[in-house]
Amino acid sequence: MTATTSNRTGRRSLFPALVGLATLIAALLVVELIIQLNVVSRFIVPPPSEIVASFGRVIVEEHVLRRFLLTLGECLTAGIMLTVFGIAGGVLMHRIRLLQQACETWVAAMAAAPLVLAYPLFMVIFGRNAWTIIMMGFFAALPPVILKTIEGMSGTRKVLVNVGRSFNLTPAQQFWKIMFPAALPTIFVGVRLGLIFALINIVGVEFLINYGGLGQLINDLAERYDLAGTYASICFVILVSVLFFMALEKAERWLRPID
Amino acid sequence: MATTDRLTRTDAAEPMISPVTLLRVVIVLAVLAAWELLARSGWLYRDVVPSLLAIGRALYELLSHGDYYFNLGITAAEIGAALLIGGISGLAVGILLGANRFLSRAFEAYLYYLGPTPKIIFFPIMIMWFGVGPGSKIALGTLSCFFPVALSVAAGMRQIDKVLIRVGRSFRASTWQMILKIYLPAMRHPIINGVRLGLGVALIGTLLAETKLSNKGIGFLIINAYSTFDMPRMYAMLIVLFVLAIGANAMVGRLGGLENIRRN
Repeated sequence: MTATTSNRTGRRSLFPALVGLATLIAALLVVELIIQLNVVSRFIVPPPSEIVASFGRVIVEEHVLRRFLLTLGECLTAGIMLTVFGIAGGVLMHRIRLLQQACETWVAAMAAAPLVLAYPLFMVIFGRNAWTIIMMGFFAALPPVILKTIEGMSGTRKVLVNVGRSFNLTPAQQFWKIMFPAALPTIFVGVRLGLIFALINIVGVEFLINYGGLGQLINDLAERYDLAGTYASICFVILVSVLFFMALEKAERWLRPID
Repeated sequence: MATTDRLTRTDAAEPMISPVTLLRVVIVLAVLAAWELLARSGWLYRDVVPSLLAIGRALYELLSHGDYYFNLGITAAEIGAALLIGGISGLAVGILLGANRFLSRAFEAYLYYLGPTPKIIFFPIMIMWFGVGPGSKIALGTLSCFFPVALSVAAGMRQIDKVLIRVGRSFRASTWQMILKIYLPAMRHPIINGVRLGLGVALIGTLLAETKLSNKGIGFLIINAYSTFDMPRMYAMLIVLFVLAIGANAMVGRLGGLENIRRN
């Protein structure tokens, strides 16, 4: 009886997802039909079948794996930098209360500022190379890591701090054994947000300066007027981004099982 | 008398400048001094870090020139149009997804995962569909703005107090009356929050598109300054742009009363 009920619930929870997928496929079929009927020019929107067919060509001929690894490498470098400097900055600001009071609003304002627009400036400073892309990703993603580190450290429960004091822990022990582990889940939220911002900015700047991995691929194909290839590469970047966000989300859930 | 004494004592104890303000002033002065030192040191290529005087002069020239305001107007119009189209469509989709559990479970995951993808990569498609003029910039801004508004409104819709909805139904309010009198007022904060996020990404999307392919607008001026290596002018434009973006963000938040939300 229970098995039948859970089966029914499972099917019911799958049904909306299937409807969503079916709608997407139906929409693609409609687009295919209107292009084949010449209602929309195939020189503006390539038929979905052509885009699907071009996937293999783009992956093999355009060295997608190499480009993917390049973008991943840039993301990881920016990620390591923003984890180290962001957490260190947040901890420093939490420890020096005056510094936090003076600068926290500035960091929040920096989060709202469109820093990516300074990419021509970064090109002048670092040159048209991977460092411009990495530094752009790093600076744009730094504020959430700092802010979330401060939030995590400030949100440590008083009782945990008092337990540390009752054991006569040194300030360093208090930090490494109590404060940091307690703040880690919140810090990870900041790192996750930071990595998402870093990926967005890195792929964006790659596209804009026509240098690097996946972003450059889109620009390259668009400039060659390879429409099916351009659409396929955009789909590929979306797929990579979605998988990246899902992996980060899973890691966050693993760190915060209670939530 | 006692009250007067207490007041006098409190006044006397308060320092002229608070330590926080003092530290802020010190940090700003230190950064400016370090900048000027770096500019005069010759350690970097000439004009990569221009002197403060050169930036100040460029800022004055920029703001006193009519051409800048013309380009600012074009960018503002593009961002405004993107915010309007993306905001309204995001609001409609958000209400639809928030009100219907089935639709939310069928389609919201697509919005959730597509939302944070880098929108600038869609620019080649926008150029094909809307041309190289302002249309493609508005379209990219619209696409950027749509997702945060839709997701924020859908989440806000689900958080509406059920009592309010029951009150509306007990008065036999029509669908439109429910939207206008119950849903929208109850969702003011999520909507404003979504618009604030939407404004930020619409601004970035529009300006990045202008830097990629355009012959007018602030994005075009920035990339033009880069092409001619007019660094003081580029710094001046970025300063004005950041001030405007942060100001617009704060204004939208203030208009929506976001700073009055009590966090428990």
